[in-house]
Amino acid sequence: MGKDTAFKERVFNSVGTRPLRPDGIDKVTGRARFGADYNMPGQLHGCILRSPHAHATIKNIDTSKAEKLKGVKAVVTRKDFKAKDTDPALLTVLDNCMAGKTAFYDGHAVAAVAAIDAKTARKALQLIKVEYKVLKHVTDVDEAVGPKAPLIDKKCFTKGVDPRPSKASNIAARSEFGHGDVEKGFEEADVIIERNYKTGQSHQGYIEPHACVASYSPDGSADMWVCTQGHFDFRAQCAGILGLDASKLRVTSSEIGGGFGGKTHLWVEPVTLALSRKANRPVKLVMTRDEVFRASGPTSATSIDIKMGVKKDGTITAAEAELRYSSGPYAGSWARLGAMTAFACYDLDHVKTVGLEVLVNRPKTTAYRAPSAPMAAFAVESMIDELAERIGVSALDMRIKNAAKEGTKSSYGPVYGPIGIGPTLEAAKNHPHMKAKLGANQSRGMACGFWFNFGGQSCTDLNIGPDGSATITVGTIDVGGARASLALVVAEELGIPYERVKAVIADTGSLGHNDMTDGSRGTFASSLSAIDSCRNAITELRSRAAQIWEIDPDEVIWENGEARATGSANSNREPLSLSNLAQSAHKTGGPISGHSQIVADGAGVSFATHICDVEVDRETGQTSIVRYTVIQDAGKAVHPTYVEGQFQGGAVQGIGWALNEEYIYGDDGRLQNPGFLDYRIPVCSDLPMIDTQILEIPNPNHPYGVRGVGETSIVPPLAAIGNAISNAIGVRMTRVPMSPPRILAALEPSK
Amino acid sequence: MNRTVHLWGGLRPAADGAHSVKIKAATIRELMRVLCEQYPKLQPFVEEGIAVSVDGTIYRDDWSQELPTDAEIYLLPRIEGG
Repeated sequence: MGKDTAFKERVFNSVGTRPLRPDGIDKVTGRARFGADYNMPGQLHGCILRSPHAHATIKNIDTSKAEKLKGVKAVVTRKDFKAKDTDPALLTVLDNCMAGKTAFYDGHAVAAVAAIDAKTARKALQLIKVEYKVLKHVTDVDEAVGPKAPLIDKKCFTKGVDPRPSKASNIAARSEFGHGDVEKGFEEADVIIERNYKTGQSHQGYIEPHACVASYSPDGSADMWVCTQGHFDFRAQCAGILGLDASKLRVTSSEIGGGFGGKTHLWVEPVTLALSRKANRPVKLVMTRDEVFRASGPTSATSIDIKMGVKKDGTITAAEAELRYSSGPYAGSWARLGAMTAFACYDLDHVKTVGLEVLVNRPKTTAYRAPSAPMAAFAVESMIDELAERIGVSALDMRIKNAAKEGTKSSYGPVYGPIGIGPTLEAAKNHPHMKAKLGANQSRGMACGFWFNFGGQSCTDLNIGPDGSATITVGTIDVGGARASLALVVAEELGIPYERVKAVIADTGSLGHNDMTDGSRGTFASSLSAIDSCRNAITELRSRAAQIWEIDPDEVIWENGEARATGSANSNREPLSLSNLAQSAHKTGGPISGHSQIVADGAGVSFATHICDVEVDRETGQTSIVRYTVIQDAGKAVHPTYVEGQFQGGAVQGIGWALNEEYIYGDDGRLQNPGFLDYRIPVCSDLPMIDTQILEIPNPNHPYGVRGVGETSIVPPLAAIGNAISNAIGVRMTRVPMSPPRILAALEPSK
Repeated sequence: MNRTVHLWGGLRPAADGAHSVKIKAATIRELMRVLCEQYPKLQPFVEEGIAVSVDGTIYRDDWSQELPTDAEIYLLPRIEGG
């Protein structure tokens, strides 16, 4: 970023404390405004007609009867959008939001209506006649790469293969990572195991459905209020799709009721804008839960072939995997991420991973918290346990023996700097949980996980109020306590109490572009920018104090929230506090502020080790999680409570994925369980208190040592629980979710 | 100075199958420009997004980053997060 971001040891006053979050009271009293809480005068109700077919050509759409219905103000189809065909990525985004010539999955949007109320809008949807030609479909990731699978995109020739394939297929891309010679490594092994692991397609399960209000003015400008993880990116993409200048579209983010990656993508927003433009009225559109499941968000379904070899002393000699990840009907990079992360925890001389992006007739795959890493970790960490058992060594000790460390060539390529996998494993070994006695019918498992973290573009303003209080304005939305964390950072830099700082999320008209809150970047990147804003403001404050004292700014330092004059000539000058300087700002040059725009890089990779105790009911196949511990390297924990919350939240989502959550498709290619009754996420009564241990291994690329923390905690649970269940029932579980029917089926041969 | 730049598997077909290439560059910006000049088939990958690992620290966006002498330089996909 061109600034001094190097880590420096320091004693913190504010950072590392646990004050209440500034948005907490609003959220527990119902005052906070989420996406569906915005309303405008004259607002219309928007809703979307969706394909009932998994794969069909759209031959014709007749909207005439719907348009004539009293109360209907606008009907839109694909022809109402103007995305430039010079931007294939944007066209793909549009095609998912509103189908063109083909409906690619059950739930794919084909038309939308804005009407004076919900009843009229729903009636209008029934009057739209869509003529489909139903095509053969494929929803299973392995069937999609088979010889009999229908082609989803006849122009899909696998990228990453040289020479280019002569035949189209459902494999959109191939990627490969690794080093050494795996064949040589397997020759050195005493034991080799090969297996296939499968994971079901899961949804992020955010409680708040997608919602937005759009107001398109006749003057060609527009406003949008939306629940999103990145309003600046939403602005850019919506403007492109609608043919607007980005500056003419102001997007305000609401509070967010969970996103986990699912709100980094557009779903209904360009449709709502198009309806508003056509109706010349504000339009509000809120997805139903059925729509959320059928048409937004899910992660990949996967099938992973893995082979690992180990010596009798526990040294892993070679590791190889082919990872097939479904990406919905559009090409993605999900298998590539699986291939990059799969073996990242280990120091391997011979390793090779191949990722295949597979097109299927399911909704577009979306990022989900450390996207693609949990599935790969399920395969790898299950295999580590099985290998350890086969050679008769402790799985924990085998992980410690093979753990990556500073100087290790990572399985995805580069050599690691200082990393935390070894310390998390040692902490696990010494944790009371690992030594605790198990109850009857209980068993224990563990697993490790890795995620990259990243930074990106960030822009902040620090404004000093006339009373010496401070406002930090940021453009990254607050998913998990960012306002509290950033206020702590500002308090630390300025040397003022946390309570004197307010953190505000700006709309897109108020700051330069900010990347989304994703990739565990929120606190890492925005704190870098906030620190830079504060330091720029402090330079200004020193200058103001120097004016008052009529000395050179170089003779002024900022210390403990005050300007102090240095040198013996100034020893009689009383320090000037932030309040003193703010109150006299009108006489020293006007308002005092600091601005920053940066590209934050060097987020630092993250590792975690989880320990899990389960109790399996052999009669019903039900698994209860009786104890769970998360140990993760967080770098410096700015607000430890919210770091712990991230650890716990990721673990809980992983528990749900491991035990129950799965998209189930019928033979007709339609989703069978689009609701929380049939797609069961964990609730409090399903869970023990998730114990956490934060390891603070400083990130060398942040002044405080901060790393990202939000994603890694979802990586180990699938495998940790899989290992615990396998230990409990004596059968290796190879498929997620490990639901009661699957556990009973696994037990069946042993009965 | 000429430095070794390692390529992830997906880039190798566009660089005549090479696992690494020699590039004379002092910054990431220069690296990207020279890379595309020497291997034009890499241009689409650069436009799509390439991250650069410099001694294990991953730079996704900051092309002003200087490349220290003897640093390990590894090209990686520009990843997404959740």
